[in-house]
Formats: sequence, C-alpha cells, structure tokens
Amino acid sequence: MAHFAQPWVDKYRPKSVNEVAHQEEVVHTLQKALESSNLPHLLFYGPPGTGKTSTALAMARQLYGPDLAKARVKELNASDERGINVVREKIKAFAATSVGQPVAGYPCPPFKLLILDEADAMTQDAQNALRRTMEAHSKVTRFIFICNYVSRIIEPLASRCAKFRFRPLHGGIMSARISHICTEEGVELQEGAMETLGKVSGGDLRKAITTLQSAVRLKGLKVHPQTLLDVSGAVPESVTQGLLQACRVRTVSTVQAAITDAIADGWGAQQLLLEFQAGLLKDATLKDDQRAKICTVLAEADKCLVDGADEFLQLLHVASVAQQAICSA
Amino acid sequence: MLWVDKYRPRQLDDLIIHQDIGDSLKKLVSTGDCPHLLFYGPPGAGKKTLIIGLLREIYGAPVEKIKVETKPWKIELPNRNIEIELTTVQSNYHVEMNPSDVGNQDRYIVQEVIKDMCRNRPLELKGQRGYKVLLLNEVDRLSREAQHSLRRTMEKYSATCRLVFSCSNVSKVIDPLRSRCLCVRVPGPTGAEVQQVLQHVADKENLQLPDALRQRVVQMSERNLRRALLSLETCRVTQYPFTDNQPVQLPDWEMYIQEIASFILQEQSPKRLYEVRGKLYELLVNCLPAELIMRTLAVQLSRKVDDELRHKTIELAAFYEHRLQEGQKAIYHLEAFVAKFMSEYKSWSIAVLG
Repeated sequence: MAHFAQPWVDKYRPKSVNEVAHQEEVVHTLQKALESSNLPHLLFYGPPGTGKTSTALAMARQLYGPDLAKARVKELNASDERGINVVREKIKAFAATSVGQPVAGYPCPPFKLLILDEADAMTQDAQNALRRTMEAHSKVTRFIFICNYVSRIIEPLASRCAKFRFRPLHGGIMSARISHICTEEGVELQEGAMETLGKVSGGDLRKAITTLQSAVRLKGLKVHPQTLLDVSGAVPESVTQGLLQACRVRTVSTVQAAITDAIADGWGAQQLLLEFQAGLLKDATLKDDQRAKICTVLAEADKCLVDGADEFLQLLHVASVAQQAICSA
Repeated sequence: MLWVDKYRPRQLDDLIIHQDIGDSLKKLVSTGDCPHLLFYGPPGAGKKTLIIGLLREIYGAPVEKIKVETKPWKIELPNRNIEIELTTVQSNYHVEMNPSDVGNQDRYIVQEVIKDMCRNRPLELKGQRGYKVLLLNEVDRLSREAQHSLRRTMEKYSATCRLVFSCSNVSKVIDPLRSRCLCVRVPGPTGAEVQQVLQHVADKENLQLPDALRQRVVQMSERNLRRALLSLETCRVTQYPFTDNQPVQLPDWEMYIQEIASFILQEQSPKRLYEVRGKLYELLVNCLPAELIMRTLAVQLSRKVDDELRHKTIELAAFYEHRLQEGQKAIYHLEAFVAKFMSEYKSWSIAVLG
C-alpha cells in the first residue's frame, strides 16, 4: 500500500551484519562472534549515519530471528526515561531474568541483548549504576552501547566493552549503496548527482539517502544535482560570494544589510559559516594572517551557535571581524 | 478578525508567494507518502501558512474542524509523579502543540505524550490516510534532551505518524533531527512580494493605497509579512483615507528600545545605568524575549555611532547574547552589555573630543 511506504532509510536498513557497508573490521569481528555464539559487551561509536544502530539491530535479528527477538532483545534509547532509577529497576530486572527456549534455525545463544542507543545522553550516575549490573549478569545478558561521542561514556563502562569505531563512509562505498537503492527504486541519477550527494552528506549515509528520497519525491525519478543541493539546504556559492564582497567595503552598514538579507532568506547560520569558510580559503587575494584571524572567529561563532546564541548577532560579529581583517591590510 | 488571519491562504492553490514551495508540497502529497518535514525560515515568512495548506492538501476540508484543549498530563516517573499542563490544537487527523511551552520539563512531553500519540495508529476511516500528523512549533526552543528523545521516536513510529516541525533558528535543531527530515527553507518575502500581498489585501478591502505609503510599510516590515499586514491595518485604523505622508507606526516595544538607545547615548554614568535597568525590566516583564531586546538594542546603538565603535558594539552584543543563552537570568547580561557599551563609548568620546 502506497501510503504505508517506509522511508528508504528504514527500508534499506541492512538485514544482516554482512550487509553493513564499509565497516570491515567491525563486520569481521562480529561475524566471528556470531559463528561462535560468544559475544563480549559491545560499544559502538562514530559519527551519525555510519551504521551503528543498523549493525546492532541486524545482529539481534541474526542471532534470534524475528520471533524470539521480542523476548530476548530490549532496546532503550533517549526517548525512554533512563535515569538512575530506571537502571536500578527496569534494566536490572531485565538483565537478571534467565533465558527461555531457543528457536530452531537461529543460533540463539543463551543470553539476552540489551541495546542502549544514544548512550552518551545518559547521566553519569545512571552509567555508574550499570557497572556492577553488567558484571553480575554477564552470563545471561550482553550489553550494547551506542553513542556518537565515546568520551561521554565513563571509563569503567568503556573498559568493560569491546570498542568498535564506525568510520564515516567514503565516496566509493556510499555510491555503491546509493546506486543499489537507485536500481531498486528506478531512480535515474543525472551527471554529477552522485558527487553532489557525497559532498552534501559528508560521509553520513542516512543523510545521503534522505536527501535522495526527498529529491525524488519533490522532482520525480530523474535526479538533477541542483535539486539535491536545494533539498539539502546547502547555501549556494552566490550568497557567500555576496557576503565576502560586502566585507570588502569599508562601511559597517553594508555588511549589516548583507547579513540581514541572508537571515531573511532563511539560510541556516551554521551552513552559512561553513560555506563562508570555504569561500575564504579559495580566495587568493587574502593573506594567511587575515585568514587566520577570520577562521578563529568562525570557530568561536560556531561554538556559540551550538550553545544556542542568536544567529544574527553571531553572523554579524563574524562579518565585522572579517571586514576589519580584510580592509586593514 | 485581523487581516493577517482573514487573508491567510487556506489552500496551497491560493498562495500568493512561495508558490514554488506549494507546488513541491503538492507533488509530495500526491505520491501518497510524505516524509517528516522541517520548515525553517524567519518569522512572518509563511511557514505556518504552508503547513496549514499542506494539512488541507493531505486530509481535505475536515481538517479545519479543530478544537483547542488544555489538559493536564500525569506522568509517572520512577521516583515521582509530575503533572504537566499542555495546550493542544487538534482535529481528527492532526495534533498541534508547542512543547517548548512547558519549559525545562519538555523532555517528558516528548518521552511520554508525543511517544504515546505516535504509537496509536489512527482509525482507518474511509478516505483517510494511514498516518496522522503531529505538528510541533518552535522546535528550536526545545532543550537538547528533548530533541535527542525525538530521534528514535521518529524512526520507530514512522509508519503511523509524520512529524512536522517549524522553527526559525535552524542552528538550534540538532543534526540527527535535521538528517531525518525533509528540510524546507521558507525565505522571507522580498520587498516586491510584500508589496504584491499588501496590494492584494487592499483591493479586497476596497482601500485606496497610495504608492508612497505602501513603499514605507514595506520598508518598515523588514521582509516580515505578518508585520507588514499588521502595520497596514494599524494605519487603516488611525487614519483613512490614506495620505501619502502618513506615518507608519513602529511597534511600541521597538520605539521603547529606540528610546533606551538614545538615553544611553546621552549620558554614561552609574545613575543612568540604574535608570536603564528599570526600563529593561519593563521590557522583560512584558514578556519580550531577551535575545530580541539585545539584538534590537545593538542595532539601534550601532546605528548612531561611528564605524570603529560599531565593530566593538557588534562584538559586545554577540558576546553577551551568547552569555545570556548560557545563563539563567537575562537582566544581568543585558545590563552588562549596556555597562560595557557605556564604558567603551565614554573612552571613545574622551579620546576623540578630549
């Protein structure tokens, strides 16, 4: 039925560990573990869209099959309350229960899986409370932690797990995956579309697939690179060039007008800064120390934006510093 | 009814501006399947109008039958129970809410209320789509935790529920959410587009709108359509028939901030600072967002000083606004900005004028 159509990200989620793209060492190790039905506690980390959750889910499916998975696998993510009390009660209770009968046709090792997705969002206390639980019930339960920033997982937990780093996907692997989806869905990529997709996604496969699907939905099965750019929200070069041009003029009001316009056009500030930096580095007329000055303030502004500061003021500050640096020489 | 509401297009076909986006949305719906959506753009650009049009396109006219409901949600946490009051606007097909209203407890709204709504499949009535739409306003004001909590919810229940977000500051929406949505940029209307809409409304109201006045309203609107329409209506109320040189009134808070700016420039002393504080409090108790005060004040101040000092003003404003976001109480940071500006201005005027 058409209206139950799934997002492609879910539709083409790898069904088995083998299918996980690009993460050879991870796949290799897990394959071994699956064969021997012996698994350590696991910690997956890496940037978004590299296949961490997919691997964990695929592994659960391969180990237990669809029926048993419900009883043997528990997935907790940031959408569930995971304070210290939950760890003390729910998680401990789940970890402590013994396992039931295996199902024919799947390895069904004698332990359960507890997947803690987005584990870096758990509090320190909650993580601490897990330490002993992990050890005490390791006979019947294996933990899988998934996170973006391994530094936010406390050391005692990390040292109890086998760590796997998921790398951003580079061009070749991503295009293989994308072209697979394209043939399945009958999408025709026009020249340059694949490169554009690689560029806007920056190694994030989920972003690439979502962008592709959005483009297809909006403009039909023939995908043009420009459509991809529009959909991804990337800032076109003309905007940043205009900004740089405004910075060359000596009056502040010119810069202010340019920034006001850019904001009113709805461009995201972070994207704008990124493109601004690219434009800056390409510009041959600037000296190195000028660039250095501007880049410093770019970095500061980015941090402020992440903290939730106002877009207009931050951009204006960057532009004002850029103007001073460019015009003072 | 205000003109802003009266002349809000109800359907994607009626749009005057952003027709290209409207067409894309129509195509999106006609494929029978709609992804999660994130509309972003400055205030008064038409995000909400597009969303209303989209809902209408998906579900047809019955979606306009809405009821507003304020209901307390009892949420059981492991160690305590809390009660959160949340206002929702809903039809049979969609629910609209403003989860950031509940402040720092927004996480529970996402974890309990939204998840609950997502989980329930809508009744399969004839002619109805297999999913419902959950419309969340101002997602940029949601806390980090709440946004993280949305991540898996969006994937898990994508079969029964589509989330539509709207926000003005897209940098405040975390990457994982953005990568799960189809992001739609809604740019503010250009001057010409604002003019076109003003003329359209004036024609419908049978008003004679002189060119000069229209130009001025457009200029004052700062590419914000809502603001343009409101000030046009204000002009209509104050004086009609329109004259060419009729003044267009600024919103009163903006005039007040202008006043504060000139007040600061007149004299820089602790006593003046004390008086300014009183005025800032006046703005804050009227529920004006602190960042808006900071931004407007910075723009007003920098308008009246010389270029060298402008750079400094911008730097200060950026610095203190960031502090303001990190901190708890807005007044400290606003006042710190004013104090610092006064000192900079004073030393500059001593250096220049002697």
